[in-house]
Amino acid sequence: MFDFSVITRWVDQLLRGVMPDAAATVVECVIIGLCLLLGYSVIALALIYAERKVCAWFQCRLGPNRVGPLGLLQSVADMVKMLIKEIIEIRHVDRFLFGLAPYIVIVASVGAFACLPFARGLQVLDFNVGIFFLVAVSSIGVVGILLAGWASNNKYSLIGAMRSGAQMISYELSIGLSILTMVVLSGTLQITELVEGQADGWLLFKGHVPAAIAFVIYLVAGTAETNRGPFDLPEADSELTAGYHTEYSGMHFGFFYLAEYLNLFIVAGVATTLFLGGWMPLHVPGWEGFNEVMDYIPSIFWFFGKAGVMIFVIMWFKWTFPRLRIDQLLRLEWKYLLPVNLLNLLLMVIVVVYKLHF
Amino acid sequence: MIGIDKIIARFPGTRVEEGAALPTLVAPPGEYRALAGFLRDDEGARFDYLACMTGVDGGEWLGVVLLLESTTSGERVYLQTGTTDRERPLLPTVSDLWETANLNEREVYDYFGIRFAGHPDTRRLFLRNDWVGYPLRKDYDADALVNPVRLESDETPDDTRSWREDGGEEAHALFDDEEYVVNIGPQHPATHGVLRFRVALEGEIVKKVDVHCGYIHRGIEKMCESLTYPQMLPMTDRLDYLAAHQHRHALCLCVEEALQMEVPERVKYIRTIMDELNRLSSHLLFWSTLCMDLGALTAFFYGFRDREKVLDIMEETTGGRLIQHYNVIGGVTDDIHPNLARRVKEFIKYLPPMLKEYDEVFTGNVIARERMTGVGVLSRADAISYGVTGPSGRASGWACDVRKRRPYGVYDKVDFKEIVHEEGDSFHRYLTRVEEITESLRILEQLVDNVPPGEFAVKTKPVIKLPEGRYFKSVEGSRGEFGVYIESRGEKTPYRLKFRSTSFPLVSVVPLLARGSKIADLIAIGGTLDYIVPDVDR
Repeated sequence: MFDFSVITRWVDQLLRGVMPDAAATVVECVIIGLCLLLGYSVIALALIYAERKVCAWFQCRLGPNRVGPLGLLQSVADMVKMLIKEIIEIRHVDRFLFGLAPYIVIVASVGAFACLPFARGLQVLDFNVGIFFLVAVSSIGVVGILLAGWASNNKYSLIGAMRSGAQMISYELSIGLSILTMVVLSGTLQITELVEGQADGWLLFKGHVPAAIAFVIYLVAGTAETNRGPFDLPEADSELTAGYHTEYSGMHFGFFYLAEYLNLFIVAGVATTLFLGGWMPLHVPGWEGFNEVMDYIPSIFWFFGKAGVMIFVIMWFKWTFPRLRIDQLLRLEWKYLLPVNLLNLLLMVIVVVYKLHF
Repeated sequence: MIGIDKIIARFPGTRVEEGAALPTLVAPPGEYRALAGFLRDDEGARFDYLACMTGVDGGEWLGVVLLLESTTSGERVYLQTGTTDRERPLLPTVSDLWETANLNEREVYDYFGIRFAGHPDTRRLFLRNDWVGYPLRKDYDADALVNPVRLESDETPDDTRSWREDGGEEAHALFDDEEYVVNIGPQHPATHGVLRFRVALEGEIVKKVDVHCGYIHRGIEKMCESLTYPQMLPMTDRLDYLAAHQHRHALCLCVEEALQMEVPERVKYIRTIMDELNRLSSHLLFWSTLCMDLGALTAFFYGFRDREKVLDIMEETTGGRLIQHYNVIGGVTDDIHPNLARRVKEFIKYLPPMLKEYDEVFTGNVIARERMTGVGVLSRADAISYGVTGPSGRASGWACDVRKRRPYGVYDKVDFKEIVHEEGDSFHRYLTRVEEITESLRILEQLVDNVPPGEFAVKTKPVIKLPEGRYFKSVEGSRGEFGVYIESRGEKTPYRLKFRSTSFPLVSVVPLLARGSKIADLIAIGGTLDYIVPDVDR
């Protein structure tokens, strides 16, 4: 299987050959940053397009089909529109916090995005507490949302932000615990090792019952974490018009929008990494021929394919279910998901200690 | 039966005027309140439902006419009172007897300047606070210079006034300074139009709701006073646009009854078919928009997809999709399209599988059920007191279907079930409507093949003058009892015309239902009550 570290190493050596080490590091950082941002926006645009097509498909419509072939350029056109739109200055807002909020949201999601292992050797951040770092960074986003709601000086926004805060802090627990369950199974916090450990079978299959429970909980909590339907209370359009980003316009709104879609991708990506083997091809022990054929498919396709399936499932949730009410949402977390999650963690520990996993 | 003699013996000042259809009890202001209380509570009377409340400018006097109805016996009577003091008219309130009188008395104050002693909240309801004069008075100055188009916004005061019986005035606050007051509307996705709720919140909990109407007030009742009867027909379509055909039906029926005109049997069939098609389209739209309000966006499109088919059927015959200019006095504008029967039958086959899909997508969904069950419970007594008719009233156990109580068209010839549920919560309001879709299909099935031959309209005189008197006729609109009250003085225009709105009581009950619930529940309550704002504001 092709290892992307060949390319990165080659670039590294090339740069070190023509300039001192320190300068090479700086240039590499810039290149990586640019690549990340580029990938970030391209994925976000692709997801926006995908969501519109998927939702149209569910709703007996065609979706975007005018701009470019099959409407492929629609989200590009939308992005251009968003970029040249005026950012309206609103009186009576806390200007500093109001301007800061979208950047916090976007920084949090870029930070989490950087942790994802896209393919073999294609990963920006990889260290011994990688998954822990990912959870920590992605949870900064809620600060941005709270700030946005608070700084807007708008009652709707404030209610939306408060809902968001309550929701994200609650569901962070479930996400953390289900990730912890999988970490217990794999025995490492480092993301590359997590993926490498799944060469002989994805964790979802290795951990059987507790892994499946953790997977379901992760999906529910992940959907809630990204503020998507049926958990889209912070921006419940029929209740709060647009929730915390009601007052934002132009690219400031665009940042929230991008971050929302990227968070969807991150949740799907983490689910892929933790449960579905990341970029690891589907291997069935004993079927050598089959495994070899699977290895021919590049690892990047495996990752994006699996993440795509997860994204489709999460979109499916949104376009099927009605929205929950805030007390039902919190009851679901604190009364059902959290206790089940704790028991599940215990179950996983027992499974690992007695070597009941595959 | 109410003993008229008994009333005269107890209330010596009260006169009885025999009308063409119903007697009118004319009470002096001093006896009005006591008589109203007697009519509501007396064993023999039990007029517990205030069907329609109208302000009237009688020339020398200003007053109100109440149409009372007993939900047990179905009997009706008019109750009238008035004062000759045109400068500072003051009448006792009946808002504590019938809750629906609360907003209705505000409307009368707005139109006629009659203040009601003891009414808790006398503010203008539809017009701006700085409006000069009372438009439905006969001596109203309609000069554009008196009420120019004002460019500054109308401030919303946080306090209100009420009057004592001696004419003294008291101010009291609606909202405290500490309360977190949020405007839901006039521009809000879930109010289905320009309706505005001022909501006092404590966190997510709704403490108080204050309804503000009038953003789409067009003064239709005032306009009708200067229009001839055929001219005012299009006005009815602009009230509840989802029940346009039914509302026009009511006005036609009222005029035809006043003229004692008999319409051909064919007309009755056609009107009934169109009424039911209209109800189908309205209920399908209700389903769609409720799903959207509760966040199920895909379901929204399913409902619209199917409603489109109903609109196509109606369009073929009437030429209109949303608003059908089809009913006229004495019949309908044109004969039914030859395709109608075939297409209706196709639709009757088409819809039931779709209804099953609706149930799978939404009715049976655990989230949808959790969101609606037990939310906004309206008791039967409150439904009657607030005058909440239609599917919302029937979900509270009040069998208030006009099609059954006072059949018109050919509803007495068809077999259909009146859907009544006892629970009165949002889920049962929803369920009542969904089940009514099936009943409408049954009615259509019995009618489309049996339309008798004959004329589709009878000739009417070019100038229609209604004989002197009071006329009230109601039909079952898509969301309740829609009534037309005409007071004629024998001219070609009505002296006073009042539309008994179906949505007005639905809006008036929102503060009661939403108190103590969550913001999301307010949306669910509004969605299941299914009010249409132009019908509220008129």
